[in-house]
Amino acid sequence: MDKIAALGHSGISMVISFGRAGRFLAGVLSGVPRPVTGFPLLMRQLYSVGVLSLAIVVVSGLFIGMVLGLQGYTILSDFGSEAAIGQMIALTLVRELGPVVTALLFAGRAGSALTAEIGLMKATEQLSSMEMMGVDPLRRVIAPRLWAGFIAMPVLAIIFSMVGIWGGMLVGVEWLGVFEGSYWGNMQASVDFRDDVVNGVIKSVVFGFVCAWIAVYQGYDCVPTSAGISSATTKTVVYSSLAVLGLDFVLTAVMFGNF
Amino acid sequence: MKQRTTDITVGLFMLAGLAALLFLALQVSGLSPKAAESTYTVYADFNDTGGITPRGRVSMAGVTIGTIDSVTLNKETFQARVAMSIHSDVDNIPADSAAVIRTSGLLGEQYIDISIGGEMESLKPGDTFYSTQSAMNIERLISNFASGK
Repeated sequence: MDKIAALGHSGISMVISFGRAGRFLAGVLSGVPRPVTGFPLLMRQLYSVGVLSLAIVVVSGLFIGMVLGLQGYTILSDFGSEAAIGQMIALTLVRELGPVVTALLFAGRAGSALTAEIGLMKATEQLSSMEMMGVDPLRRVIAPRLWAGFIAMPVLAIIFSMVGIWGGMLVGVEWLGVFEGSYWGNMQASVDFRDDVVNGVIKSVVFGFVCAWIAVYQGYDCVPTSAGISSATTKTVVYSSLAVLGLDFVLTAVMFGNF
Repeated sequence: MKQRTTDITVGLFMLAGLAALLFLALQVSGLSPKAAESTYTVYADFNDTGGITPRGRVSMAGVTIGTIDSVTLNKETFQARVAMSIHSDVDNIPADSAAVIRTSGLLGEQYIDISIGGEMESLKPGDTFYSTQSAMNIERLISNFASGK
């Protein structure tokens, strides 16, 4: 009986936490951003969430593109069709790896930092003292971070895809000797702007929103102790990664599933 | 960090993103900045379209002159009706030309090749090709060969 009760309890608390997350999101989004005071706050967050994530995104993009080039070449050259390497690299990166890997890196690099920062603010009662001063912490602290994640993520994913395609060219064309014209030509013949590039960007917008939402919610909702902050940070990374991978399947099925 | 430095770095970040999007659009997906070419539609009826899909290529002498719009089934003749958009500047396709489904390479994608006829009159928008040649089906080829037909 105790086991069943525990199951029921965890089910109820899960639903409650979903509801709290939804109400939290509604609260953040309903506060109209103030253009004059809100803009510098957003800029500072864009800097820490976007610009500082650029290095890890560029380096991973380069190496993933290079690995795709190398693996693709060894497999495709068995069939004498190594010229299709450009098409393979571009489609994999633009449709899947660009948005997904960037979102995973983003959750680890920026999401965990957001959670830890907001959690520490809560633990040291900075958020409640803001409320005492009549400053809405949702608007002052949470909203700029959420928007920054939402804006920065697609930009990072696009840069990731571009760097990856360039890295694939580095290996395929410069090193393994695929003809450069067929690298770009095959790519241009098979990649469609609306169906592939724009769909990839839509994916990354969704992932950015979900990652930023999970990160700020976990920070805002954490138990205000050092153990609570650490478990909230872990939860951010785990939940964001799972949400990204699950949503990726759903979005892929809707976008490329042909039904 | 001073607000101005932050603004500048974020601005550069956004510019890098825009440049990357432009790169993906122009260099990777081959989107050309010029406006969509004006086209006219012609039709062809095939017994077997094989793997023809919309957005496929229509070519003449190996040069792409249009794209496939739609592949539908004509319920009266039980044939497939393929609508294709041909670039308007190719307006002198002889009226007795044939639409042939070919495969690029051994396993490549299938496309429609227009082999030229000799008539002086040319196809007008909305016309249907007089003769067509369906996709080569390797299984049918082998079974014809095996049964000695």
